[in-house]
Amino acid sequence: MALSGLDIFKLLPKTNCGDCKLPTCLAFAMKLAGGQAKLEDCPHVSEEAKEALADAAAPPVRGVVIGQGAKEFKTGEELVLFRHEKRFVNPTGMGVLVSDSMSDDDLKAKVDQVNADSWDRVGQHIEVKLVALKCESGDAGKFKDFVGKVSGMTDCALMPMTEDVEVMKAALEVIGDKNPLLYCATAANIEAMGELAKEKGLPLVLKGDSLDSLAELSDKATGMGLKDLILDPGTRALKDTFEALIAIRRAALNAKFKAFGFPIIALPCEETDDIYLQGASAGIYIAKYADIVVLSEADAWLQYPLQVEIQNIYTDPQKPMAVDSKFYEIGSPGPDSPVLVTTNFSLTYFIVSGEVESSKIDAWLGIVDSEGQSVLTAWAAGKFVPDAIAKFINTSGIAEKVNHRKVIIPGYVAQISGELDEELPDWEILIGPREAADISAYLRNYVNQ
Amino acid sequence: MAFEVPKETTDSRIREVVLGTGDVKVGGENVLPFYLWEGEMPKRPLIAVEIYDDSPSDWAEAVAGPLSEVLSDPVAWAKKAQAEWGADLILLRLKSTDPKGDDKPGVEAAKTAAAVAEAVTIPVIVYGSEDVEKDGEVLKAVATACEGKNVVMGPAKEDNYKTIGAAALGYNQTVAAKSPIDVNLAKQLNILLSNLGVDVGKIIVDPTTGALGYGLEYTYSIMERFKIAALRQDDSMTQMPLLADVGTEAWKAKEAKAPAADEPQWGDEMKRGVLWEILTATSLLIAGADVIIMRHPEAIKTVRKVIDSLKG
Repeated sequence: MALSGLDIFKLLPKTNCGDCKLPTCLAFAMKLAGGQAKLEDCPHVSEEAKEALADAAAPPVRGVVIGQGAKEFKTGEELVLFRHEKRFVNPTGMGVLVSDSMSDDDLKAKVDQVNADSWDRVGQHIEVKLVALKCESGDAGKFKDFVGKVSGMTDCALMPMTEDVEVMKAALEVIGDKNPLLYCATAANIEAMGELAKEKGLPLVLKGDSLDSLAELSDKATGMGLKDLILDPGTRALKDTFEALIAIRRAALNAKFKAFGFPIIALPCEETDDIYLQGASAGIYIAKYADIVVLSEADAWLQYPLQVEIQNIYTDPQKPMAVDSKFYEIGSPGPDSPVLVTTNFSLTYFIVSGEVESSKIDAWLGIVDSEGQSVLTAWAAGKFVPDAIAKFINTSGIAEKVNHRKVIIPGYVAQISGELDEELPDWEILIGPREAADISAYLRNYVNQ
Repeated sequence: MAFEVPKETTDSRIREVVLGTGDVKVGGENVLPFYLWEGEMPKRPLIAVEIYDDSPSDWAEAVAGPLSEVLSDPVAWAKKAQAEWGADLILLRLKSTDPKGDDKPGVEAAKTAAAVAEAVTIPVIVYGSEDVEKDGEVLKAVATACEGKNVVMGPAKEDNYKTIGAAALGYNQTVAAKSPIDVNLAKQLNILLSNLGVDVGKIIVDPTTGALGYGLEYTYSIMERFKIAALRQDDSMTQMPLLADVGTEAWKAKEAKAPAADEPQWGDEMKRGVLWEILTATSLLIAGADVIIMRHPEAIKTVRKVIDSLKG
C-alpha cells in the first residue's frame, strides 16, 4: 500500500541536487507521498526505486478490462472485504456458457437470450456481459467456426475456453481483436498459453488445482511479464469455492499477497446441473468477492434476480439509491385517479409503489427529488418541504392529466399541509397514512368517497 | 510461493439459544458465517417455515399453487412443513388479529398457536400481526396458551417490548426483538429487554429484512456488522442469534410475482419468484442469519442444500 514520505526518501538519490525544483530530497519525498509531485520530476531516480514505488502505488487487486465496445467491462480493483466499509468497486460481470457441441438452433436461442438479458432498473443499466465459449469438440477448425459464429451474434465480451494452445490460436484468428478473455492457463500449458496471451496482449485466466499451485502459477505468469490476469481456484463445489474466494481476496487485501492481487472468476456452471442451486451459488459468489461468474443458462428468470443482487451488493453504503423525480403511473391511472407524492429514496419509492399497486387502485405517484432521502429525513433536511413539493407539482404537468385538484402527502409530514396549501392554492392537501402498510386501506377509502 | 490460508480467530461467540423444549439450539458460532477453516459453527442455521392463520388469498400463483391444499389450515400446513419440506422450525403469523383486517381477539388466535405447537415436534415461533398495540394483547394470550412450550414470540419492538417481554418472562418463553434496520437501535432494544429481566440468552434479534432489490443491502450489512461486533469486538449486546424474515418480504416484491405475461423481460414467474426468495435467503445466510423464515417449498429445498454444502 501507500508508502510514507520517509519510505520514499530512502529510495531517492539523497543528493539534494534541486533538479526537481524542490530544495531537498526529503521535501520531494513528502510531496510525492502526498500526491503533489510525480516521480518523473526527479531525473536521477534509479530503475529499482521506480519499480518499488510503482509497486507500492498499485491497487491491491488489479483492474482488468475484458471485451471491447458496448459491453466491455472492467473487473477487480476491490479495496475492502465488507461493503459497509466502502463501496465495492466494479460490479460482478455475469457470463453464460455455450459450447461448440450445441446445435445451431440451441446456440442461436441461447445467444439471443443473452443479448436480451439487459434491463434498466432504478436508473441503472444492468446486463449480462460475457459469453463463455467452450471447446468440447477438441477440433481447432470446428472451434474456430463456432467462435466466429458467436462473435457475429453478440456484442458481449467473449471467453474462449480450451487448454489446447493450438485450438486457442485458431479461435484468436477470428476474435483476437475483440479483447477476449483467454481461458485458461494451467501448470501444464502456462509457457505456451502465457506467451500467446502476451503476444496478443490479451487477459488470461489462470486455473490452479489448489491455492498453492494457483499462487505458483500466478508468480510464474507475472514473471513472464503478464499483467492482466484472472484467477480460477479450480474448485468445483460450493463449499470449496466459497473458502477459496475468501482466502484469495483476504490474502490480497489484508496480507498484500501479490500473487492473489487479481480479479477472481467462479464457474457455477461447472459445479452443478441443479439450476436453482447454481443460481444460489452464483448469488453467494457475487457477495463474496467473485468478479466474474459464469452460469450455464441465460434465462431472464435466472439472470435478472442475480443482476438485482449485484446492484444491491455494489450500492454505495454512504449514498442511498434514488429514483428519477417524476410522476409514475401505478396501474393505468386516468383523470379521476388519486395523486400521491413522496420522496425519491429508492426504498421509499419501492415500498410506496408496491403498496399502491397491491391496493389495485390506479394512481399517480409523484416522486419529489429529495436527494435520495426518506420522508422524515428529507423533511428534516429541508428537501421535502412545501416549496419543493409545490414546484414539483406545478412543473410536472399532472394538472393536465387529472380533472381534480387533490394531492395526498405522507402522514409523517402532516405539519406542512398548511404551508403547502398556501403554495398550492388550487389544490386540496390531503394527509395520507404515516406507514406505507396503511396506504391500501387509505386508497380504498379514498375512492369510495 | 507457498500459500497459507489466512486465519482470523476469536474467543468470542454468539450465544446458544434453546428453542422449544427439546434439544434444538441455534447460535454458538465463533466465526463469520461458514468460515469453518478458522472456527466452528456448532449449530446449523435453521429454516423456519412460515404459516399464516388467516387463509391468505392474495398470494402469487407461483407460491400459492404449491401450498393450496394447506393455505386455509395452519395445523395441516405446519405438519406438512415438518413432514415434507424438512422445516427446522415453524413460524406462525397471527395475521387474523390485525386490526386493519379481521381483528380477531388474541385469545382466539392463541388457540391456533397452541394447536400448531401441539401438532408438530419442532419448535415454534409465533409472530403477531405487527400492530404494535394489538400484538401486546395477542402475544400475552399466546404466552399463556403455549405455557411450557418455550416458543419464540414477537416481534417485540421499542413501543411494546414491555408487554411482550413481561409475558415471555412470566411464562418462560423466548423473545424475538425487532428494530428498524439499525445496529444501535437493535442493541438498545436488547438492553431494554434485559433491563426488564429477560435473560439475554433468550433473545433472538430480528433486524428487519429488506428483500432482494428492496433494501437487501441494508439488512446484509447490518447482519455483517452485528456479527463483526459480536465476534471481533466481543460486544455482548450483539451476540444474539439473528433472524431473517425472508418469505414474506421476498414475495412482496413486484419483480418476484409479476406474471411474465405482463413483464416478459423478467422471464418465467414460477421460477423467478422462487429464485427471488432463494437469493434473499442465501445472501442473508452468509451475512449472518441464524434463523431464516421461508415460504416456497422449492426455495426451502435449495436453501437447505446450500446450508448442507457450506456446513459440510
